[in-house]
Amino acid sequence: MAIVTLQNVTYKYPLTETPVLQNVNLQINEGEFVAVIGPNGAGKSTLCYTLAGFVPHFFKGELTGTVEVAGVETHQSSLNEWVLNVGLAFQNPFNQISGAKYTVFEEIAFGLENIGVPREDIRPRVEKALALTGISDLADRSPYSLSGGQQQRVALTSILVMEPKVLVLDEPTSQMDPIGTREVFGVIRTMAERGMTVVLAEHKVEWIAAFADRVVALKDGQVLLDGKPGDVLTSPTLEEAGFGISRYTSTARKAKEMGLWKKDQLPVTLEEAVEGFSLTPSPSPKERGE
Amino acid sequence: MNIVIKDLRFTYPTGLEALRGISLTIAPGEQVAIVGQNGAGKTTLVKHLNGLLQPTQGAIHIGDWDTREHPVSKLAARVGYVFQNPDEQLFSRNVGMEVAFGPKNLGYPVEKVDALVKDALALTELSDKTETNPYDLSSTWRKMVALASIISMDTDIVIFDEPTTGQDAVNVRRIASVIQALRERGKTVITITHDIDFCAENFERVIAMAQGQILLDGPANEVLGQEEILATTYVDPPQLTRLGLRLGLKETVRNQDEFLTAIRK
Repeated sequence: MAIVTLQNVTYKYPLTETPVLQNVNLQINEGEFVAVIGPNGAGKSTLCYTLAGFVPHFFKGELTGTVEVAGVETHQSSLNEWVLNVGLAFQNPFNQISGAKYTVFEEIAFGLENIGVPREDIRPRVEKALALTGISDLADRSPYSLSGGQQQRVALTSILVMEPKVLVLDEPTSQMDPIGTREVFGVIRTMAERGMTVVLAEHKVEWIAAFADRVVALKDGQVLLDGKPGDVLTSPTLEEAGFGISRYTSTARKAKEMGLWKKDQLPVTLEEAVEGFSLTPSPSPKERGE
Repeated sequence: MNIVIKDLRFTYPTGLEALRGISLTIAPGEQVAIVGQNGAGKTTLVKHLNGLLQPTQGAIHIGDWDTREHPVSKLAARVGYVFQNPDEQLFSRNVGMEVAFGPKNLGYPVEKVDALVKDALALTELSDKTETNPYDLSSTWRKMVALASIISMDTDIVIFDEPTTGQDAVNVRRIASVIQALRERGKTVITITHDIDFCAENFERVIAMAQGQILLDGPANEVLGQEEILATTYVDPPQLTRLGLRLGLKETVRNQDEFLTAIRK
């Protein structure tokens, strides 16, 4: 069942001439894990803002078409109602952290306080969320004393604690080292497995291939491709359009031209590449030109 | 201009010992990437090169200058530093003024400033944006403005702190070509990066740091193949290096050409 429906969505920020989103049609089913990829400026963040209701309620500008989440249209809803269904973790955590709270614990509790959750329920929910993202040890620190990667975890936690139906994440690991990235993707996967609908704007295609059910490729505000990760991420269209693709894919494509990749399907992840290249027989001395 | 670091130790006022005995020589014209987990001391180390931080112990020489004896304003003529976040660096009304600020401040004559600005803008593909306010540009182009405003100072040593964070594939290639151009001009380039594939494809020497110390330092092929040691500072080898290791290739490979050559053997 569709939980998110975008119909002919076109959006223009105030004071700009070209629309950032152009005639976007998208249906996301309940429990689906959808990754959104695209070059900078393709409209990924704007799409996230649109799903989260910031467009049009906060950014104003000109929105045409319809955006519907859990049966409610943005135009007919206010942001305070919208946040009960959709949670957005910002690309830059600095823009998300409230600045009104002294500790990480209070920061995570802020959203729950705002929607009137009883005091005795807030504490266990915050503690559970902190444990989930592995930042219980940061609970008493000031959000501003943290590194970029740690702030990103706080930003993510403060959304998870709200238990939204749809979780929207805008490059949630952009400031993290590989270990942090791995852990955060693990958390996102856990949420997806629990049935939360996840929309993830992300450049890291290897992770997307391993985790997402579906990939939407955006270019100049339009949906260029929409399909299974294995199909979308290996499509030659992506490379031509200037998308970042996995080195495994580009190398296997080259190898295929040279007869060194035997499968039809190109790889996106390390495991797929290892499996495929293991099929490549060692050339005979003759083939090697000896 | 040589960079010589001798037994550098640094402790932040909070008591955190961020650098615990670093000794390092970087020759003129070298291209060095520094990798390692968050908190390894990478940024703390490079902030010593232009005097933003002063050693608690040990010394840094930039050419014949001891960084303790020269102010940041003078060191700026030798060492350029591009911040990770362009928004912490940019402040002028338009791109042209932003890029001219550095060389003007170094006291260069007008003609020289103009020539340096023109060159830096061309190198970063910003020549058509001189009149634009940096904050009207996308984050991609703001990053290029940050690069240009340091390149225009024509320092022998240029430091990039995480140049590819948040950049798309097209801009990563653009940044790689800027680094290539600086190499051809004989500049020393030092880059901190988490983007290990970018590191593999653009740098000949790689330094891996962990907990304020140097873990590995050597030619990229040697360092990037040390999967187990790199894992202790939470760095994965580059994608194609990992693939080569898994396939049992004899030599360490780090880019497409090396990989394709190796699997044909």
